[in-house]
Amino acid sequence: MIPERFITFAVPAGLFIIAILAFWTDEPFTITLTTRVAILGLAAVGLNIALGIGGLVSLGHAAFFGLGGYAMGILAYHAQTYSPLTLGPLVIEGTKSMPVIWIVAVVTSALAALAIGVLSLRTSGVYFIMITLAFGQMLYYFSVSWSAYGGEDGLSIYLRNEFPGINTLVPIQFFGLCFVLLCLALVLQARLRGSSFGLALNAARQAPARVETVGLNPVRLKLLAFVISGAITGLAGALYADLNRFVSPSMFSWHLSGELIVLIIIGGVGRLVGPVIGAALFVALEHWLGGLTEYWHIGLGAILLGIVLFSRGGVIGFLTGKAGPNV
Amino acid sequence: MSEHLLETRGLCKSFGALKATDNVSISLKPGEIHAIIGPNGAGKSTLIAQICGGLAPDAGQILMQGRDVTSLTTQARAQAGLGRTFQVSALAMEDTVLENVLLGTLGASGHAWRFWKNASNVRDRLDQAMAALERVGLEKVCDQQTATLSHGQRRQLEVAVALTLEPSAFVMDEPMAGLGAEGTKKMTEFLDGLRDQAPILLVEHDMDAVFALADRISVLVYGQIIATGSVADIRASATVRDAYLGDPA
Repeated sequence: MIPERFITFAVPAGLFIIAILAFWTDEPFTITLTTRVAILGLAAVGLNIALGIGGLVSLGHAAFFGLGGYAMGILAYHAQTYSPLTLGPLVIEGTKSMPVIWIVAVVTSALAALAIGVLSLRTSGVYFIMITLAFGQMLYYFSVSWSAYGGEDGLSIYLRNEFPGINTLVPIQFFGLCFVLLCLALVLQARLRGSSFGLALNAARQAPARVETVGLNPVRLKLLAFVISGAITGLAGALYADLNRFVSPSMFSWHLSGELIVLIIIGGVGRLVGPVIGAALFVALEHWLGGLTEYWHIGLGAILLGIVLFSRGGVIGFLTGKAGPNV
Repeated sequence: MSEHLLETRGLCKSFGALKATDNVSISLKPGEIHAIIGPNGAGKSTLIAQICGGLAPDAGQILMQGRDVTSLTTQARAQAGLGRTFQVSALAMEDTVLENVLLGTLGASGHAWRFWKNASNVRDRLDQAMAALERVGLEKVCDQQTATLSHGQRRQLEVAVALTLEPSAFVMDEPMAGLGAEGTKKMTEFLDGLRDQAPILLVEHDMDAVFALADRISVLVYGQIIATGSVADIRASATVRDAYLGDPA
């Protein structure tokens, strides 16, 4: 059996090596695929903090992914059309600066997660799943009907946004950017999990009554986890929009929320690099099986079924022989 | 500072027509074990839930050290010094024994809002957690996953978590539940020594344990306290015998 610590380092390292190899052999499309893995992985790492540690099965994380995407889309759209965004007395210039866009994406998603979390965390179990789904769908239909930003057709951004010192249009450089953010998110999650907050949150998932009787508020712990989670998924959304240079309502769709959960289950719920493994498998299948048939999701479904039936801890559970992160 | 560390005054709670708690006034003095006994369905769990904050009473007051805590949440009462153990162990089963006890120290110190520093590396809290584990005799299994503990060990861990709060009063819901003869004996001895640290409001079905431990016993039947007194008083009381104990063999 492989120690989990090894997998934790090997998976990001593997992703990095594949991208570097693709760069040397001059295969930009493979680099784009690895970038996709990094970004989807980042989105699912975000969800994993809420779902894996906090036990919050959110079927509405596309809301934050989409908000991040539209934060990028709207700011970049106003920059490329040289038309400032006017909100009543407030006039905001568009921007092509990634750091600014990221901050806007993170703050917007965090605030949305706070609002959605406050309402959703009054419920639990199936009701929590349904209410988060409802919020996600509300934003989806809102974006479909928001004709100022393309409505159903979405928004095209002609040039990738800028990051100081980096030419983001070069695939390997943009990959590097996404990869660093993914690694930072992984470090953040690892520290969170080991911290006092992580200990309390993890206990709030397993025994909320216990957490209350030692003087802590389990709902508040989960709410904060949900906000951190939404913010990271929002950041991933902004990167995803930049990768495709395109934003559309599909970023808000519940399919995406479901896919993020699937990524986590494939990799291993609550496992640090589980979402990255899930994202890598997902992108690989989408690319190879998707080249053979448009029904490639059947293959994904078969893998998911196999994992749920035979390996409780996802791919990492299978490799380490341990069903849970703490077993 | 009041003489009573924990007190209820005229507590009432009804579910529809059922009076689950009917004008209950009980108190807990320093250094004592006050046992609540009563047949199934007498309203013991409902009473405990109101004292600990899980259920709001319809009328009456709950006081801790003379302070009215009736409107406080479970968390606030825990911070005010109420240590509780559950009838059915409520522990983080996937976590290690030590992590469960560390959780108690976090709550007690209000330090759950630290996001970076490793929770197991804080010397004071680790010492406090290990001290609590040593008191209940679980220090050797501190790195084991809680789910691997025996039932008896889980009951001990429940108490250890409550200990980390350094409570001014304990509320224990059937700490002997499911323990074998040997386990009950050990737990009885342990609780006997614990009363000097903080008094215990003890809900328990095991009559031998109750009679061995309690300084005072209150008998709850149909939501009402029908008698309160020493072990001898309760044993001698005809009312109690009729309502609950049956004829002594």
